[in-house]
This record gives sequence, structure tokens and C-alpha cells, in this order.
Amino acid sequence: MDNKYRINHLRELEAESIFVIREVVAQFENPCMLFSGGKDSIIMFHLARKAFWPARVPFPLMHIDTGHNFDETIEFRDKLMKETETNLIVKYVQDSINKGKVIDETGVNASRNKLQTTTLLDGIEEMKFDCAMGGGRRDEEKARAKERFFSHRDEFGQWDPKNQRPELWNIFNGKKHMGEHFRVFPISNWTEMDVWQYIMLENIPIPNLYFSHEREIVERDGTILAAGEFVTLKDGEIPEKRIIRFRTIGDMTCTGAVESKANSLEEIIEEVAATRVTERGGRYDDKRSEAAMEDRKKEGYF
Amino acid sequence: MSEDYNKGYLDMELLRFTTAGSVDDGKSTLIGRLLYDSKAIFEDQMESIEKASLKTGDGEVNLALLTDGLRAEREQGITIDVAYRYFATPKRKFIIADTPGHVQYTRNMVTGASTANVALILVDARNGIIEQTLRHAFIASLLQIPHIIVCVNKMDLVEYKEEVFDEIKSGFDKISTKLDVHDIRFVPISAKLGDNVVDRSENMDWYDGPTLMYLLENIHIASDINHVDTRFPVQYVIRPMKDEYHDYRGYAGRIEGGVFRKGDPVKVLPSGLTSKIKSIDMFEGEIDMAFAPQSITLSLEDDIDISRGDLIIKDNGLPESSQDIEMMLCWFHEKPMVLGGKYTIKHTTNDLRCVIRDVNYKIDVNTLEHNNDDKIVGLNDIAKITVKTTKPLFYDSYRKNRKTGSVILIDEATNNTVAAGMIM
Repeated sequence: MDNKYRINHLRELEAESIFVIREVVAQFENPCMLFSGGKDSIIMFHLARKAFWPARVPFPLMHIDTGHNFDETIEFRDKLMKETETNLIVKYVQDSINKGKVIDETGVNASRNKLQTTTLLDGIEEMKFDCAMGGGRRDEEKARAKERFFSHRDEFGQWDPKNQRPELWNIFNGKKHMGEHFRVFPISNWTEMDVWQYIMLENIPIPNLYFSHEREIVERDGTILAAGEFVTLKDGEIPEKRIIRFRTIGDMTCTGAVESKANSLEEIIEEVAATRVTERGGRYDDKRSEAAMEDRKKEGYF
Repeated sequence: MSEDYNKGYLDMELLRFTTAGSVDDGKSTLIGRLLYDSKAIFEDQMESIEKASLKTGDGEVNLALLTDGLRAEREQGITIDVAYRYFATPKRKFIIADTPGHVQYTRNMVTGASTANVALILVDARNGIIEQTLRHAFIASLLQIPHIIVCVNKMDLVEYKEEVFDEIKSGFDKISTKLDVHDIRFVPISAKLGDNVVDRSENMDWYDGPTLMYLLENIHIASDINHVDTRFPVQYVIRPMKDEYHDYRGYAGRIEGGVFRKGDPVKVLPSGLTSKIKSIDMFEGEIDMAFAPQSITLSLEDDIDISRGDLIIKDNGLPESSQDIEMMLCWFHEKPMVLGGKYTIKHTTNDLRCVIRDVNYKIDVNTLEHNNDDKIVGLNDIAKITVKTTKPLFYDSYRKNRKTGSVILIDEATNNTVAAGMIM
């Protein structure tokens, strides 16, 4: 085999994502990158730094903060932004609640996950962003498997899955009318395994939540949730200590943990390779219905 | 490249393939089988499709539900859009563009085919080669997918007979003489029972070729990219506002052909100005050599005017240049093409305008016959047309380079992508 002009799968994915991120900056006037502090947005930001080096990343990051984040995530986020001299905009779901735009869910299964959509769309409108890059991956969920790299949104921020623009070769059509915007997903073609392998290959720092640690949890319908002030306990639920780690990091109310002793990237990769459940399998928000993701996406979710 | 650059947990190659076939050819079953046997289907996915299968009353678990993710697709039991699926073996990571096979969805097949290294074409062993097989083969050839694997499926339903396989094989060989395809393989399979998909069949002793998975893992794709003619479309100009890089100008882009080395003399098109490569800059440091499909940043010895849409090349293998471009076009939109109409044409990192000058002929995708009289190009039509662009385009024929030989047309009123073109 001719190995001279060959790059491995991670380098090819990297080259594709960098091309997409550069295309965003070339085609849009005022783009931003959504950042949650989770591993997907961390590698997306890493790819953005690579895309424009030695210049700084030429767009701000925007975090939609549910107020129910893990403290570790926020600390990690702030440190990374400071070190990379990056402009971070934070929009709070609490503000949308205070303004009466959305109503906080109550009860034991309450989550601010769905409420984020309103805060996100308001943030995009207020900042006049014409494009928001997100760390969504097509392997995460079946509705996402049909999403374009350049995903057109109407003036209400909605996604119309049946009328998507065809996307061929690496030619991306970011043309739009006033008031419309785009969601762009630079890491569409990455899988969970690719992300972990890349974190290891590039030695990218990630929050400690991804590694094994002891934590107070409650187990609910097979999902392990971190016990804390934002998770309302059901009758009879008693928090217990277990050795866990998180496969995804999001809002505390819906991010499920796995019991794991994986304490290094090598061990995590081994675990991911052996695991028989998708990473969103632990996401309480996806379990609400068969088409939960599609419905949220149509409304303008990430 | 240095060892370091390619080091990884697993050093795998990326292969993209497209699957074509109708609902009844067992395409989704085959994909499900590949995912299942390579352990890429997870328990919760299985649980979720089991649940959905019960709802539709299919009786057995319908693996099509794995790829048909949209609510409308589930309700109507059809595939609407290209779905991308992923799996990996220790050798390769695979991206499947799973495209619907109905006639009205030619646009999806073309979309899926545009990035594929390999086309899987499914033929139902009971039906042999039908109109649709020809259509799929034609699209694979039109989009210049370098390798075609014809899976003769449902061999279990024809008692695993060698004659059935041979007949389909010779039938396909006859078709392919009319097409521009070079590497065609045939595998007799049963997607449902797993024969020759991942594991060798015990029911077909007469077949001594590789299994489908072996082909997917081993088909040689490294030479599919043109590593001779150097093409670097400038995507973005990097100017750091930092003291230590005060005068730095970097030309960012993705190499679409050939190899660039530090010190190489280069020429910039359309200006024709020349310079030398001062450095190839990556985040991790300078590198000596870069090639397609890497995304890189070049800096040049001389301070010359270069912007997005320019093409940097070395002085061998020059691209073509013209304002009158002939191309094979696939029309994607309900609203037919307007002869004499103006459209935005996107080519590499360039946006231009063009006017449709002529429809030379249309191709009937079912018979491959040319029609010189019909000038109406509508949804899913394939035609050879001529356009005139506002400025000269620097391009290659699509056969020579799939990236510098392809364009899309955009309707200026709606901003919709209305066509894809392969330059002749």
C-alpha cells in the first residue's frame, strides 16, 4: 500500500472539520460557536484554534447556561477561555425564566433542557449571529443522522428536515435571506470513538467529570443521575455513593453517568469499545419519546 | 508524513461508501447486518427499534428503523433523505451514505455518491438486473465513484445457485461497457442470513472470492485522489493581529490535488503571479510536505495579492480555463431549469454567476439514451448543458479531479441548491 500520501481517519476528519469551520468564517458575517464545556464542544473549539492559528479564533463562543451545570464544567470553561484569550458570551436560561419567556418545569423529572432552545434563539437574535456552530454528531441520534453540515434555519430558527438543501462534495451553500440563520456542525462525521481517540492523539484537556470518581447519585429508570440541589428526589429515593464517570456532560438533571473505573484516556477508549449502549442512552432528555430529538431540533434546539 | 502525525490509538483509514438499492432489495437489512456483525449496533438502539417495530406491526425487528430516523419516514415506512451511518473495524472507519432508491430520489443518490470511494449496488437475485440497477450504475459512473461492488442479494431464495450469480454478473458486465467505471467486484450474499457479508458462506462452495466486509476493508483507495496535479484553492486569508506575527499572511485551505513542499515555486491564478512556498504552517508546527486532502496554511516568500477563490498551483499540470463550460448536470428542484436563466455557480471556494446557454441533450437514466430535442430540465433530470460564467473558471474535468471539476448551482431568488454539475 502506498503509505506516502496517506493520512489516518482522525487526520482526515480533522481536515474536513477545519475546512468547514474556515468556510463558516468565509461565508458568514457574524458567526459564533456554541460551547457547553462538554467534550464535543471542546474538540470543536480545539479544531477552530487549529484552523486559524497563528491568529486567534475569529468569532466568539456562546454558552447557553441552564444554571444546572456541574461546577467542574464552569471552572474548566473559564480557565480554557482565559488561557486561549477567547471571547465567551454566556446566556442564562434563568434570564429567560425571569422575563417570563419560559416556565421552569417542576416535579421530579424537571429539566431545563428544553428551555434552552428559547434562550439559544434569543441569544442568536440579540447578538445578531447569522451562524451558530454546534458540536452535534450524526452518530449520536437518528434524527441527527439526516442533518447537513450547513443546516438552514428559517426566521423562527426552525429546521425543516424534509426540505434540506442537497450537500455535495465539499461545496457548502450558506446563502440566506435576512433574518434567517444557519447551524453548522463541523464534527458531523465524528463518532464517540473518534472523539476519544482524537482527545488522546492531541492530548486535549477535558473536565475531570469524564474520568472515574466517587459521587453521590440516585438511580432512576436505569439512569444514574448526580444527586445535587437541582435533582429533586422522588419519594423513597435515597442518594448513595458510587464510583462513576460521565460519558456526556450537560445539564445535571438529565446527564446520566455510568459506573466505571476508567481513569485514563486509554481506559475510557477501551470502555467505549466494549460498551453496548450508545452515549445518549444515558440521556434522560432523549427518553421522553421516540422522536424526542427530531421534535426539539425542529423547534431550534442545538 | 512523520510517524507522529499519524499516530493514533488505532491507525485506521477512512472509507466512504454509498448504498443503492430499492426498499425490497434488502438494502437496510444489509446495512443492519454490517452494523450488527461489526458490533456497531448498541443495545439501546436495538431496544428502540424493537419498540418501534412492534408499533408498526412488522412482527420481526425491522433494521431499516435504524437508519430511517425521521418521524415521517417511520410512519410511511420509506426513506426520505440521505442518512449517514458509521461503523469501524480495526482496519477502517466507514461512513455509509444510505440513500433512498426510488426514482424520485435521484438527487439523494447523487448527493450520497459525491463523496463516496465505493458504491454498493444491490441486486435481488430473484429479479436479476432491472431498470433500477442500470440507473444506480449510471449514477455511480456519472459521479465517478472509483469502485463498485455489486452485491447479488437474497442468494438464499435462489437456492444459492451459481448460475443465477453468473448470469447477473455477465448482465452487469454488459451494462458497464456503456459506462465509465473501472473497478467492479461481485459478491453473492444473503444479507438476511449473513452469507458472505462478514463471514464466509457455507452455502456457496463455488464462490472463492472475498466476503463483502473483506472487500470494504481492503479495497485500495489511496490512489483515488489525484496526487499529481497540484491544486490549492484559497479558502481564507489568515492575518494574526499579534505582535510576534505582525507581517504574517497565511493562505488557508484544503489541498484538492497534488503535493506541496516547502520551497516549491508556485503560481497564483487568475493573477498569474509567482512566488515560492516559505512555510507550510500547522498548529503543531511547520511541516515540510502536504498533500490532498489535508487542510493547511501556506505562507509565501513574496507579498502578493491573494484572496479567497484564488487557486495556488505548481507550474506543472495547469488547470483548464474558460468562461464557457460544458457539464453533466443533475437537477434537484421542482422548479425546472430556466434556459437563458442566471444562477449562482459555486466552484471550489469561488462564487460566480452564470447563464444557462444550451441544453445539449438529456439522458434517460433508465435506458441511457440521449434525447437531443427535449430542452426541459426538471427534477431528477440529468442533462449535458453549457453555461457561460461571468469570469473565467480555473477547473479540471471531473474525471481528472472530483473537487476542482464539480460545481453546484444556486437559485438566486430562493438561495436553494438547485443542481450539481460535473464539468466535462
